[in-house]
Amino acid sequence: MRLYEFEAKKILAAHDIPVPKGRVITSAKEARETAEGMARPAALKAQVLATGRGKVGGVQFASRSEEAESTATEMLQTKIKGYLVREILVEQKLEMERELYLGITFDEVAKKPVVISSSLGGVDINEIAQKYPEKIAKALINPFIGLQPYQTKELAYALGLSAQTSRALQSIMLKMWEIFVKFDATLTEINPLGLTKEGELVACDAHIEIDDDALFRQKKKLEGFGIKEREDKARPATEFEAKAAEIDRADYRGVAGRVTEFDGSLGLIIGAGGGSLTTFDAILNHGGKPANYCEVGGNAPVSKIYNLAKLILTKEGVKGLAVITNVFSNSRVDFLARGVIKAMVELGIDPRHYPIMFRSAGAFEEDGYAILRKYGVKYYDRATPMDEAARLAVEMMRKQS
Amino acid sequence: MAILIDRNTKVVVQGITGREAVTFTKGMLEYGTKVVAGVTPGKEDQEVYGVPVYDCVRTAIKNHEANTSIVSVPPAFAKDATFEAIDAGIKLVNVFTERIPRGDVVQMIAFAKAKGARIIGPNSLGMIAPGKVKLGSIGGPLEECNKPFIPGNVAILSRSGGMLVETASQLSLNGIGQSIAINIGGDPIIGSTFYELLPLLEKDAETKVIVLFCEPGTVQEETTAKFVRETSYPKPIIAFITGRFVDSMPGMRFGHAAVIVHGETGSTKAKARLMSGVGIRVVDSHSQIATEVKKILTGRS
Repeated sequence: MRLYEFEAKKILAAHDIPVPKGRVITSAKEARETAEGMARPAALKAQVLATGRGKVGGVQFASRSEEAESTATEMLQTKIKGYLVREILVEQKLEMERELYLGITFDEVAKKPVVISSSLGGVDINEIAQKYPEKIAKALINPFIGLQPYQTKELAYALGLSAQTSRALQSIMLKMWEIFVKFDATLTEINPLGLTKEGELVACDAHIEIDDDALFRQKKKLEGFGIKEREDKARPATEFEAKAAEIDRADYRGVAGRVTEFDGSLGLIIGAGGGSLTTFDAILNHGGKPANYCEVGGNAPVSKIYNLAKLILTKEGVKGLAVITNVFSNSRVDFLARGVIKAMVELGIDPRHYPIMFRSAGAFEEDGYAILRKYGVKYYDRATPMDEAARLAVEMMRKQS
Repeated sequence: MAILIDRNTKVVVQGITGREAVTFTKGMLEYGTKVVAGVTPGKEDQEVYGVPVYDCVRTAIKNHEANTSIVSVPPAFAKDATFEAIDAGIKLVNVFTERIPRGDVVQMIAFAKAKGARIIGPNSLGMIAPGKVKLGSIGGPLEECNKPFIPGNVAILSRSGGMLVETASQLSLNGIGQSIAINIGGDPIIGSTFYELLPLLEKDAETKVIVLFCEPGTVQEETTAKFVRETSYPKPIIAFITGRFVDSMPGMRFGHAAVIVHGETGSTKAKARLMSGVGIRVVDSHSQIATEVKKILTGRS
């Protein structure tokens, strides 16, 4: 779960890492009031969960308070990368001598946490890594002893910073590691980490990602900072996706969800995880136009499949259905068949005449096939490869139009 | 003699009284796996399909020789369970539990490394040496398990559990058996990645061809390509990469939690390029795996 900048900064400030003076506002009037109280020009930063907001007008400056008000009015009506701006962080604009970078994350190859620092900041760290690898210093962290002061010393000196800046950087590194562990973060990042004329380091922008799998033990701590659990997506969920998520949440058994909406006419009930990806690729390869992506597996009960099938079958523009899964070990084919048929019957759709492709196999397949036979649905078993089933589904849709 | 597991594998199931563990313990026993003990604190003296349950791994091992463990406990306790197994002397830990916090996973892996143990998973449904032994829920109950898995000379390593079974099924329908099939786990950080298992398969006389089922995200395919090039890996490898469409949707999450793509890193396009570049045969559709394997085994490639 990615935190908003203002949330991350709250956590940093609570750990004595200097952040610019600022306030989160939700109205233009508040923006003016906040800017009035500032000695310097104000920076207005849109609070959205997308990277690269600076390039699309998500960060603006105002030298007078009236300007802050008009900028805020405009910002609160725009969408940044699909997200409506609901909150703006108004901060004092700071003059920086230079900008550094500091981040802690997991190194997947070393299978350890890693601290990354750079004498260049303000741009994407991957870009710095490619263009100026010599300006980056990294250290792997032993997960049992944690980040040690000597490591922060080595990193700071490797960047060629002054003794005073080095000391400040070392202290911030150790505090960031403390946050990384305490909050089960997968990323804690300050970029840029500004160096003021007075020689002080300030976290100009901050980014924290909490491990979704650790939320069970982080909820209370986060709520203490006014941060509530939420689902991350590259764009806000559509109404269709939100309904699907509700179906999946309603029952803890199995998965019938992780739905992403597309605008095609072929509804998909596909599984399980890798199987969904494989089927979706195959549908696209054969020129199919899916109405959705989804995942069904983990022995989801009939009711869950039924609700998902109903949602997909009633989606606008859906003219056919493909039910394609890998060979199930632990899910039941009869549950899948029953859920789909039940949805069709209840919606008044005659399975005999509706374009439907069914390919699944594994546990209770005979029971599943018996249901399909009873309702006149043609089905395919394990002998038909998944990509062949996808091709047949696409062909079936072509015949419709 | 397969890699990692064989007929002498003696298993202790941690969390054996849990819903899923009860089911897969039955499946393992049916398959002939020696499940010698189970562990659930507070349930000592109970039995699960005749397997005695203990409070602690150490007592279980004192009473029954065990060399392998399956961890199937809730995510909050998985780290401790893994530490317990390794500290008691277990050398192979198959972590079945999914959604374990990453900070815990890196500690589990570091501890295993320090003690000379190997972790498969987390988020691994297990592994199977067809006709010999299996760990975890791979393939389901016996009658289901015998359809997709038959003995032979192909090793399958898969990031997806379901597609491991489907891949084996496609091979078996073409008369091609497997030496070992391992679900390495779908998480970003796992105990044994593709390239860390390749040295074992190289030495395994039964394995003639290796099939990798790959996914978007992580750098596993990238590190595998590097390893194959650096070691001039001698056995033929076929790779199928799923989730190609994810490349064009940066930031969206599909499939496993690991499927997050940032730019070129982790994209399926980059993976395919790197793997092909070192001689790994990257096939474009899943059904082509069997076709390619057949070509190699019959010497017509």
